[in-house]
Amino acid sequence: MKAWPYLRAAAHVGALLPLLLLIFDALRDNLTANPIQAATQRSGTAALVLLLISLACTPLYTITGYADFSRLRRPLGLYAFLYALVHLSIFVVLDYAFAWDLILPELAQKRYLIAGLGAFAILLALAATSFTLTMKALGKHWKRLHRLVYAAAGLVVLHVAWAEKGNLSTLSGDILKPALALAVLLVLLGLRLPPIRRRLTALRRTPPRRVIRT
Amino acid sequence: MPKTYQPSEKIPSSEITPEKHYYTRRQFIQLAAAAATTAALAACGVRPPEGEPLPNPSAAPSTSPSPAGGSEEKLTSYEDVTTFNNFYEFGMDKGDPAKFAGKLQTSPWTVEVYGLVNQPRTFAIEDLLSGYTQEERIYRMRCVEGWSMVIPWQGFTLSQLLKAVEPTAEAKYVRFETLYRPEEMPFQSYKGFPWPYQEGLRLDEAMHDLTILSTGLYGQTLLPQNGAPLRLVVPWKYGFKSIKSIVKIELVAERPATLWNTTAPREYGFYSNVNPDVPHPRWSQASERRIGEGGRRPTLMFNGYEKEVAGLYAGMDLRANY
Repeated sequence: MKAWPYLRAAAHVGALLPLLLLIFDALRDNLTANPIQAATQRSGTAALVLLLISLACTPLYTITGYADFSRLRRPLGLYAFLYALVHLSIFVVLDYAFAWDLILPELAQKRYLIAGLGAFAILLALAATSFTLTMKALGKHWKRLHRLVYAAAGLVVLHVAWAEKGNLSTLSGDILKPALALAVLLVLLGLRLPPIRRRLTALRRTPPRRVIRT
Repeated sequence: MPKTYQPSEKIPSSEITPEKHYYTRRQFIQLAAAAATTAALAACGVRPPEGEPLPNPSAAPSTSPSPAGGSEEKLTSYEDVTTFNNFYEFGMDKGDPAKFAGKLQTSPWTVEVYGLVNQPRTFAIEDLLSGYTQEERIYRMRCVEGWSMVIPWQGFTLSQLLKAVEPTAEAKYVRFETLYRPEEMPFQSYKGFPWPYQEGLRLDEAMHDLTILSTGLYGQTLLPQNGAPLRLVVPWKYGFKSIKSIVKIELVAERPATLWNTTAPREYGFYSNVNPDVPHPRWSQASERRIGEGGRRPTLMFNGYEKEVAGLYAGMDLRANY
């Protein structure tokens, strides 16, 4: 049985679900008393979660040897970009109604906005070069460019940590979400470290029974 | 006699999106009159019947706002005021207090007023409700998170209570403390905050006529999520200064520690006056969203109470004393 079509369908449905639910709740006027804030937070959370899931594809492949996981990287990364775009658009269009005289001073003052915008700029560059054609045209540079996704993920975690009402370094205040995101990101990056990666691959290739020492 | 307080800075109603449970001016006057009657009875030593609510605003027939009320500031709906709250003792989500505050036992309830006073006293909540002139006060409430509401409070001036206990000459600050009862306030078991919640005011701020202890809103007894049965309301300061579910009021000589100032001193100063010129690292203080409206409106100095309170801070550098 070929699992790929099901896996792909599940990924698309799962990735679009937060957006559909957001639209559904917006139409039903079910987005709290502060709907713009709720929509901003929900689209942002979806972007963060999808970015982390897209970064989980490679370790999942390493662990299972199931190559189809790698094929989910691009669509999931693009969905992360889609939610980041929705997130930023809500901020600029709905929240601030293009009032640049208000937005620009905020941008200059607030580090969480700078981190968020930096992450968005990277995701935009990666999305723009995600086509098979640009991939071929960029050759070896493509891989180097797309390694920036790690920087984007780090910036997104900083964006969340600085936007929430807490302080990760002193473990005080509201730190649950950024702490969880940071932990997941560190695990996903750790699984990529060459020694750990080799170990995982070896584990997979060697059936456990043969490990018994003689 | 009780009076209805209107903010000194008026906002044209044309800027405001109509809300569902809007009071018509007429109904509002009726409510104010009812509140005034209750208060007058209380002032005469007649105890108002307990637990008898004034007309339920959400049950009031919805009619379009009076077109003549051009200078009238519209109230945030009762539903929004009672379902969109920051009360971290019940969780960090805005909907958590309305969901989880039902367990809070608000009766019996006592408030201990002590410290640098000549007449320390423990008040039963009933004595506070009947013993002081209850008024209707319509105030803006500006949250540090960049959103705001307009709320019709019932309550009495804190100055009345403080005068009754006679602060000594050494008393310079007032320290407030919220109930600490993790079995009823589940998020108090989260160690990320130095519970119990504490707040503080300078004595002259506490004695100011705008500073009230509130016991109700919209003519109803306070709901737990709004700080039942007794909370502070200081309308020219960010909302977190208006501490909820108070059990202790202490007169002290030194500036008291406050929960948010202890948690993040660079973000939340002791004063925390609403000030569009002092930026915050997380939220815009230059503009705000009025709940019930789309978009943003400019934030006013001292939340629109500049005429009333600017004198308290004469000569002070408000950027350094944020």
